[in-house]
Amino acid sequence: MTFSFYQTLTTIPRELHEATRVFQLNRWLSLKTMELPFATLPLVWNSMMSWAGGWFFLMAAETFTVGERDFRLPGLGSYLQTAANDGDVRAIFMGLGTLIVVIVLMDRFVWRPMLVWANKFKVESTESDDPPESGFYNVLSRSWLLEQFGRHIWSPISERIDLTMGRIFGGASAKRGQTEGRSPLSIVLLGIGGLALAIFLAYNLQGVVRMLVALPVSDWGRIGLGTLATLARVVLSLLIALVWTLPVGVAIGSNPRLAAPLSPVVQIVAAIPATALFPIALLVLLRLPAGLNIAAVLLMLMGTQWYLLFNIIAGVSAIPQDLIYMSKLLQLRKWDRWRTLYLPALFPYLVTGLITAGGGAWNASIVAEHTHFGGRTFSTTGVGALISEATARGDYALLLGATLTMILTVVGINRLFWRRLYRLAEEKYRVE
Amino acid sequence: MNSADNTPLLELQHVSRHYGKEHHRFTAVQDVNLQILPGEFVCLLGPSGCGKSTLLRMIAGLAPTSEGQILYRGELLTGVNPHTTIVFQTFALYPWLTVLENVEVPLKAQGMPLDQRRRMALTQIDRVGLDGFESAYPRELSGGMRQKCGFARAMVVQPELLCLDEPFSALDVLSAESLRGELMELWLSKAIPTKAVLMVTHNIEEAVLMADRIVVMDKEPGRIVGEVVVTLRHPRRRKDTTFQAIVDRVYALAIGKTELTADALGTAPGSPGRTIGLPNVPIGQMTGLLEKVSEEGVRHDLYRLTEELTLELDDILPAVEAAEILSFALVEQGDIVLTPLGQTFVEASILTRKEIMAGRALRLPMIRWIYETLQQDDDHRAAEEFFLDRLRADFGDYAEQQFDTAIDWGRYAELFAFDDDTDELYLEPN
Repeated sequence: MTFSFYQTLTTIPRELHEATRVFQLNRWLSLKTMELPFATLPLVWNSMMSWAGGWFFLMAAETFTVGERDFRLPGLGSYLQTAANDGDVRAIFMGLGTLIVVIVLMDRFVWRPMLVWANKFKVESTESDDPPESGFYNVLSRSWLLEQFGRHIWSPISERIDLTMGRIFGGASAKRGQTEGRSPLSIVLLGIGGLALAIFLAYNLQGVVRMLVALPVSDWGRIGLGTLATLARVVLSLLIALVWTLPVGVAIGSNPRLAAPLSPVVQIVAAIPATALFPIALLVLLRLPAGLNIAAVLLMLMGTQWYLLFNIIAGVSAIPQDLIYMSKLLQLRKWDRWRTLYLPALFPYLVTGLITAGGGAWNASIVAEHTHFGGRTFSTTGVGALISEATARGDYALLLGATLTMILTVVGINRLFWRRLYRLAEEKYRVE
Repeated sequence: MNSADNTPLLELQHVSRHYGKEHHRFTAVQDVNLQILPGEFVCLLGPSGCGKSTLLRMIAGLAPTSEGQILYRGELLTGVNPHTTIVFQTFALYPWLTVLENVEVPLKAQGMPLDQRRRMALTQIDRVGLDGFESAYPRELSGGMRQKCGFARAMVVQPELLCLDEPFSALDVLSAESLRGELMELWLSKAIPTKAVLMVTHNIEEAVLMADRIVVMDKEPGRIVGEVVVTLRHPRRRKDTTFQAIVDRVYALAIGKTELTADALGTAPGSPGRTIGLPNVPIGQMTGLLEKVSEEGVRHDLYRLTEELTLELDDILPAVEAAEILSFALVEQGDIVLTPLGQTFVEASILTRKEIMAGRALRLPMIRWIYETLQQDDDHRAAEEFFLDRLRADFGDYAEQQFDTAIDWGRYAELFAFDDDTDELYLEPN
């Protein structure tokens, strides 16, 4: 959400910025009239995604042990976790059902209306053909009560706030025009802040280094092996996801009649946290050899394949109509069509989708590789398992080492692999 | 027209603006001296890149000067100029506010209470002819109406100096015509308390139609090359001979004269001395221009040419420059004249044209530099980055554009070509 806000600030059209300065809007008015509205739509989308992401760790966040201490917070997550621990299948299904109901209700009564409202802030030159709709929003917008509230209570309050803010900030922005550097006061404050941060970091750094050095070599060996194992699982889950999302995504994306009924269904299915379904999957898979490994890959898959699917659907709908006609006219065979049209055109979207899905898969490894079910603990080789184990045992040194290694691995892959692919996608495969 | 009050409203003294440091400096505007008196409608006219928009922003206080000073009513300008407002080319309306709310914004910024703002905003909206549309959002309006809203917003605070930044460029021809008429009516009938108007444009006819004084600018570096005073009475008609004469004069001033001196071509990037950029035009457009001129003979009036091709100054200038530096044509007194070489070029076959082009292009320092660099390499190849690096030092953000132009010319002349897969330039075997 922070990133999205920052991003939108950098994309405000230059002339809008200049207009705000020319008309001498003070800091508060400028925020209220230009910056916040501009950021609202992406912020709402990102909030929806963050919200969905929050559900993912529901179980892990409400019931966990750190060393000696056992935390259990009252909540749906704890309910599901306890049900899984007891192997109580009926309870699991009930909990899952409640979860689905909550998600659907939130979607209808909170997110959709917010999205419709936020569309007001879209910077578009024409009305979109397909604006989002929400029955609940329509009810709210026609509500007499809300209108009275807006007119008699909200408007005057808003005016008052603007006036007060004007007195506090007023005139300040007029002077801001000429100064291209910062004011001396802010430089001093920044300097002090920076120094304080540096000292804090240095102090903690030496504690960190001490802990890492104290870690025995055998533990580093486990971390290394675990990272490789998790990496293998991540790659496998991405490949499996790719294999099914590509044809399905292209089918949905090129067929708007399919898209309309399927898309809300897909969105809701995507929102159900995979971690809640995990115990059920385990029930079946644990009987098989290498059961937990398969289950882990499955969990990663469930959590991340949706990113890929959505990106592919978006990519297909962005392919210019002429290219599609061309490939039909030439009567290309299926494979040729994929090779010359779909795969190159989708390349940038695939890269974006894979990067996000990959990140989600690494995330999922923490809950997927080490789990409690039916009173027993199942664990497999992997850096995610190490992190969970270390947390449960209170082995902070191992936790630190494993977490750092995971971070470095993911960042390393991002820089060396994904960045290059991204640049390739931008230069060669952009459809202009 | 001009009032008796002769103290200038606005005065620019030796104003310059550059970006970058000592040796890698990009000068947007150089040593500009300008005055605007009350009662004047002044136009800043010039091709893109001549710094006219930069000048406008400095006058509004949105950008600082690198050198020189700007005085408003005799006082030094520091910060945003509270006596001016701007009407923007892209309207710059807040998409989430209605027309009424948009027009109220400047008044709200001044802390005016709701009822008073509402009244003033409604008056302004009426004045520009948008009544009935107060509750509409910008996306529901046509381009012309959005700009009317922009005008209403800029005028609602009754600025002394109204600044317009190419206000009609983004509109279709008919809406632009209608809006121009309405603006002139407001200005001439003194219905608005504005004392002076400064308009930036690249459209010569528009400038002659509206302004009392046209300040002509040129680029590289951005500077004022002259002024034309227009004393015609309103309403002015495009077809009048006096009107056409003034347009011709402005044209001649804007296009200038061909410089034939040796150092007019500049030096190679990286060498001491001024590096002059290639005009941003593909060779195809230049050959089109030459062919069109040769239809008439050897000489053609540039203004008439733009009318026949329904082009504007900006569209034709780069092609003319290209013809000049390749010695295919000269410019004098507002006419373009084909040189004997230019005539030969036009009449030649494609292959011969390429040979002629190769010969002429190698005289340009930039092309010669690229060619010689490739020759000195064992494989006769060199990476794109190598050239871009040197070009960035001289051209900053325009380096890529220069590079692309050089590749286009080099390919046409079959001197060198670009391998997109490896991002390298290579010498064409011949």
